Amino acid sequence: MSTVFIALQANEDTRPIIDAIVQDNPTAIVNRQPAMVKIDVPGSMTIKRETIEEHIGRAYDLQELQINLITLSGNVDEDEDSFTLRWNS
Amino acid sequence: MDMQVAKKKLSLKEKYKLLTRDLGWDTTYHTKDEVFPYVQYEGIKIHDWDKWEDPFRLTMDSYWKYQAEKERKFYAIIDAHAQNNGHLHITDARYLSALKIFLQAISPGEYAAGKGFARMGREFPGVGTQVACQMQSIDEIRHAQTQIHALSNYNKFYNGFHAFADARDRMWYCTLPRSFFDDALSSGPFEFMIAIGFSFEYVLTNLLFVPFMSGAAYNGDMATVTFGFSAQSDEARHMTLGLECIKFMLEQDPANLPIVQGWIDKWFWRGFRLLGVVGTMMDYMLPKRVMSWREAWNIYGVENGGALFRDLARYGIRPPKGWDDAEKGIDHMSHQFMLALYQYNFGTAFHSWIPSEDEMVWLSKKYPDTFDKYYRPRWAHLSKLKAAGTPFANMGLAKLCQTCQIPTVFTEPDDPTSLCQRETEYKGEKYHFCSDGCQHIFENEPEKYIQAWLPMQQLFQAPINGDLGAWMNWVSLIPGKDNGDFDGSEDERNFAAWRQQATSNQ
Amino acid sequence: MALTSTKPYVGVPRDLVQNFNGKQIVYVCWDHHMLFATPLMLVVEPEMSFGDLLENVVKPLIGADPDAAVVDLTKVEWLKSGRSWAPDFGASLAVNGIVHKEQLRFSTPGVNSLLAAA
Repeated sequence: MSTVFIALQANEDTRPIIDAIVQDNPTAIVNRQPAMVKIDVPGSMTIKRETIEEHIGRAYDLQELQINLITLSGNVDEDEDSFTLRWNS
Repeated sequence: MDMQVAKKKLSLKEKYKLLTRDLGWDTTYHTKDEVFPYVQYEGIKIHDWDKWEDPFRLTMDSYWKYQAEKERKFYAIIDAHAQNNGHLHITDARYLSALKIFLQAISPGEYAAGKGFARMGREFPGVGTQVACQMQSIDEIRHAQTQIHALSNYNKFYNGFHAFADARDRMWYCTLPRSFFDDALSSGPFEFMIAIGFSFEYVLTNLLFVPFMSGAAYNGDMATVTFGFSAQSDEARHMTLGLECIKFMLEQDPANLPIVQGWIDKWFWRGFRLLGVVGTMMDYMLPKRVMSWREAWNIYGVENGGALFRDLARYGIRPPKGWDDAEKGIDHMSHQFMLALYQYNFGTAFHSWIPSEDEMVWLSKKYPDTFDKYYRPRWAHLSKLKAAGTPFANMGLAKLCQTCQIPTVFTEPDDPTSLCQRETEYKGEKYHFCSDGCQHIFENEPEKYIQAWLPMQQLFQAPINGDLGAWMNWVSLIPGKDNGDFDGSEDERNFAAWRQQATSNQ
Repeated sequence: MALTSTKPYVGVPRDLVQNFNGKQIVYVCWDHHMLFATPLMLVVEPEMSFGDLLENVVKPLIGADPDAAVVDLTKVEWLKSGRSWAPDFGASLAVNGIVHKEQLRFSTPGVNSLLAAA
């Protein structure tokens, strides 16, 4: 199965986001590299607004991800509540 | 509770619809064909532009908000870098060569991409596409500006940063990225999207920015990490634009497939050749290595590119024609480039050097099948020549590939002991290539590539007429400062002296 | 194959021989001698004899290779545009049929210090 990934800058903004991603995607593999964190998930990955809000304790707009995003892989689908990456193969 | 409650906020989908598609209009004074004259001639058939949608659903109001936030973060760090002797915090002054190459060869490419997307935003009839191209155009100009701004702090202290614009126009190694972007910019809008949006951004840009910027972090270069990641935060959107664009073309009409496949073959190879030098930056120019070019290729080329082409197989797309030759070159190319840069370093506005024994141990560990067998003996011989007081400078000058314009340093895909040499004749003239990939590209569009401005050829024509000193002046290269071996350079001396001053009171 | 274009498209080469002030380009490659990153690009007069080219132009440029001292350039094997070829050392490049941007390769089987391990 193909792997999707997302890479985020390693900083205080992304720490709770990474925790939320891992919580929602149990098969996630977290690679910590200098200044960045790359999260791999086989097949598809879903990032949920609600889970991030639980971790950061405030309302969150998923488009805020743009600020700390480094790169990603897979077909993107985004709405208010979730951000999904998926390979169709 | 089935009473509809009025929503306070628009949903993302509604907002996207209002702020993109609803901004469009049908032309009445002129026909659509007159207003968008370049969308037909490439042969790509589009039946419904409204099928195009940005999966991020980013609208201009949000775009400005988030970009402003990125800029504030960027300048806070750039200020801190300038205020805290950031130029002395890098691991070693050799690292600066990677930054000089970046500024001379890569940042102008960002600017060229900005021009390209501005044009595409005008030429595509679909509003969703226009908005996405407009955002990307502004992004690319931002990248060029932030890179130049960040690196200007190093220009206050070190050589080789001062004339990047002249280098961009005239320096021999800068014609590679320039010709790459000129090739894309002089193509039609759909080919441009496959060239830059898909092949470059989606398939290859991770190799440039991700491991190299992480490497900048490892080497204490706060300024570069910051512009790198700030730029990269836009790349996810660019990559997605590239991927959506290719899917859109393939879904609109089955007749588009062979045209798109041809462009993927061409632009994968063009991009792969262009980014080869990044391998040398990673394997040789980062004093503290983060990963090898081979390791980066395994992650972002083999694994991620593999996933992408498996996904696109449902449309009938196959991996690019040069994919296997690329794989065969991975364990060789960074060494071949660095050996070339070293022997021509009288003509580069950055320094190169012979790797230390410690570094060669790392190289042989990362390249167990190739380094000790093919490349270490050459470095050992170059060390011997240098120790004897006769360092090797190759005054034979380089034979260049007519297509990619890179010196033909690459070996046969299946024989690392033999330089790959290809030639063809067109209208009575001979043309030479570094690979089958570059020869195929030429043969598909010879009238385009016979016009190549090859810098070695140019050196022997008017106005330079073979005068090396006049050439250096013309490219704004200051001999004895900007060029040559790092060992004994002014950058080396200054870095050591200033670091010493910074950590003592003497 | 023709370029896809909106109107007739004709290119002009930028490195025609008439741009080189009476000289021409010749590429020379010593096969399997990889110290030299690419084939040597030489810019010389077509009236120069092939022997002069080897003695006065090629030889000084290949001296950095450890095998250079033992190689006699009049006794090596030649390829011209990929085909086996016997040069006339006394005749000019033009008489030898060496045109602008000609690629010459020579090989010295068995003599290769820097690739001994390979």
